[in-house]
Amino acid sequence: MTDRRQFLKLTALGGGAVFMSGLYGQALAAGEQDFYFVQLSDCHWGYKGDANPDAAVTLKKAVATVNALEVPPEFIVFTGDLTQTTDDPAERRRRMAEFKDIIGGLNVKNIRFLPGEHDASLDMGAAFKENFGATHYSFDHKGVHFIALDNVSDPGARIGDEQLEWLKADLATQKKDARIVVFTHRPLFDLVPKWDWATRDGDKAVALLMPYENVTVFYGHIHQEHHQKTGHIAHHASKSLIFPLPAPGSQDKRTPLPWDPAMPYKGLGFREIEADARDGDFEVKEFPVVKA
Amino acid sequence: MNQQRRSVCAGALAGIASLLLGATAQAKAAKERVIKIQAKKFVYTPNRITLKKGEAVVLQLTALDFTHGFNVPDWKIRADLPPGQVTTLHITPDKVGEIDFLCDNFCGDGHEEMNGKFVVVE
Repeated sequence: MTDRRQFLKLTALGGGAVFMSGLYGQALAAGEQDFYFVQLSDCHWGYKGDANPDAAVTLKKAVATVNALEVPPEFIVFTGDLTQTTDDPAERRRRMAEFKDIIGGLNVKNIRFLPGEHDASLDMGAAFKENFGATHYSFDHKGVHFIALDNVSDPGARIGDEQLEWLKADLATQKKDARIVVFTHRPLFDLVPKWDWATRDGDKAVALLMPYENVTVFYGHIHQEHHQKTGHIAHHASKSLIFPLPAPGSQDKRTPLPWDPAMPYKGLGFREIEADARDGDFEVKEFPVVKA
Repeated sequence: MNQQRRSVCAGALAGIASLLLGATAQAKAAKERVIKIQAKKFVYTPNRITLKKGEAVVLQLTALDFTHGFNVPDWKIRADLPPGQVTTLHITPDKVGEIDFLCDNFCGDGHEEMNGKFVVVE
């Protein structure tokens, strides 16, 4: 019998969304707890610059592409930098309101939000909380324990002792073999400290997570797909929806990659993440902003 | 002038000799070349600083508009720079090369460009 994983591979090879849709229904009907969700990141609503002359429509196109997925995801998560930062608190809230209006067009209404430093670092997360709720929280979905960590409301990129204590207590409710997914904005490890691609006390969070056998982290911030492990913990960075950044440490400065008029939205996109109940794995499939 | 002298101590240092405290630091500072660095959104001035290998220098950092950070990842030193205070760091580079520093306290639209470089020569 073709399983969910196999049909995802077939889909990735061009097997088609119709095939995907039918099999997904079968898996659920059989009582499996497979599901998938979508991660979008780093929309930077309000950005104006040469790195994305289509910034006014990029997020809207991504919303349309998500809505066109043959099988709707069970939920959607935005892993931070929903908006471009501004020193003006009123403008910050205006951008957040516009962002909410745009993503209100998503057919899926189960949406989780995390802040990025552009949203939260200049006001300790005040405007974000007004518009999107708590900056750190946990929830369960079909056998997976999800934890959202805030490593941006402190402008110094600290999770902070209070939140780390909360994380410790939250993890204490889980078995050591629980399936745990962590969402965050910045990398929890020192990816490229000279580019500020790190969390100052991220090592403390990783230390708390290490005793758990099945932990996967999905984050944003670096505007590109990237995969790295700290011990047995896998960390997967997402593409952005505004402009791509250079590969980690590949050049002197972390300046945005230039916009290519011949290939609009090159290097941008979002991802599907499939949770496979049978082996506990998470499979990632990348999507462009606009379906080819 | 509300100016407070701060010293910053760090643990394992790679590529610099030491950071010293108190009177010892002040005595040492008298013999060291002093380099003043100003931090404001979104630039350090100067942002390209030439040092000699083995030369003891004292950095005097002042922020004008925000508690910027000053982080030198390769030397594993960092400090917060509260406005109105002078933050003092003593360094003696022991290797030639280019060493990056950056603001690691998010300070606004332009934060990503707030960085600089030490150029350590023979």
